[in-house]
Amino acid sequence: MKIIAKDRKGKEHILEGRDGWSVMEILRDGGLDIAAECGGACACATCHVYVTDGWYEKLPEPSESELDMLDMALAVEPGRSRLSCQITCNDATDGIKVTVAPE
Amino acid sequence: MTAAPIETDVAIIGAGPIGLFAVFELGLLDLKCHLVDILDRPGGQCTELYPEKPIYDIPGLPIVTGQELVNKLLEQISPFNPQFHFGEMVTGLEKLADGRWKLKTDVGTQIVAHVVVIAAGAGSFQPKRPPVPGIEHFENAGDGMGVHYAVRKMETFRGKNILIAGGGDSALDWVINLAPLAKSLTLVHHRDGFRAAQHSVNQMRELEKEGKIKFHVASVKSIHGEPGKLSSVTLSGADKKEWDLNCDAFLPFFGLTIKLGPIAEFGINLHENMIPVDTARFQSETPGIFAIGDINTYPGKLKLILSGFHEAALMAQAAFHIARPNEKLRFQYTTSSSSLQKKLGVS
Repeated sequence: MKIIAKDRKGKEHILEGRDGWSVMEILRDGGLDIAAECGGACACATCHVYVTDGWYEKLPEPSESELDMLDMALAVEPGRSRLSCQITCNDATDGIKVTVAPE
Repeated sequence: MTAAPIETDVAIIGAGPIGLFAVFELGLLDLKCHLVDILDRPGGQCTELYPEKPIYDIPGLPIVTGQELVNKLLEQISPFNPQFHFGEMVTGLEKLADGRWKLKTDVGTQIVAHVVVIAAGAGSFQPKRPPVPGIEHFENAGDGMGVHYAVRKMETFRGKNILIAGGGDSALDWVINLAPLAKSLTLVHHRDGFRAAQHSVNQMRELEKEGKIKFHVASVKSIHGEPGKLSSVTLSGADKKEWDLNCDAFLPFFGLTIKLGPIAEFGINLHENMIPVDTARFQSETPGIFAIGDINTYPGKLKLILSGFHEAALMAQAAFHIARPNEKLRFQYTTSSSSLQKKLGVS
């Protein structure tokens, strides 16, 4: 399964997802500059990404706690913004496209 | 006014779990500690980011929340009576002629110590700065003017046109508190929903209904004025429609993020924002300055709380030799040493 991720400089990275891992973990493991300060606890909003190319709609809806936490993210774009620690890699997300949001 | 410097054995920068446990290990060796932290309470990331989240990899504690761990550490170190300086950021570090170190904080506290221990995690918690080009030119513009990430004196905002951004408790609290003083007050948030206490949301809605404030689902795209003197911002609404709003003050409330901060300017060697240390003493390349926990780096480093505890124990042994050069260190176990048990208040 693949994750196609654009970093803050606009460079595209094709990363190998791992079943059950979060997209945040794959981005971090792949060396992208993503703070993820709380380590994936949905507690800091520093793993904010834009989910693009029709993938936002394909994902399960964000939880109430994720929506709450997104209030603390910067440059939130409704219909695109997600916390990457709350997106789980699996067959259904194979090929997902994300862009790391600005700091 | 500058108060006389505080003199102590060890100054610890950062009161997270590792800084707290360092007090214990140093305390067993009779070294007294002062701790400085930019947050207003102990615990660092554990209490700021995940107080309620369970941690599963603390030895001997199969499950413990961030807050519980911090509470237990505070209990464990209380016999050593550590002195805390909360809400302060260490801004300067200088070596004195007698070999000791002098720390200065942003509010003027000075601490002179034999040893400095940096246990600052990933750095200091600072307000998030919205990604608006040039916003930094409007920070520190003076009382009630320009961009502010906190309200120190409400009165300075009287008669001003104020824009507040954010959807959490801080944003709404300041909407409610500043509305009666402001000439005009506008709140913007990216959605018509708030992560805040319900009574605050109700009060905000009421103010909006009475026409005392304006609320828009929008975000700030650009900021205008002379450097230091804000005049307006461009807002972008949900439908991407843009418009200008005149304002004197812009208060963004998006919580905190971690920045390395002034540590970068202490003259200590850094590698990718971390402090290289040796693994026998966890001393930086500057003798007398130690680094433990997430802030340090060495071959095989794992950013785990348990690794930081180990680092604190070894650091304390090395710190003793610097702080007490003429004394012999005798290693003892808390299980069998009556003198250690006396220090802990259990014998």
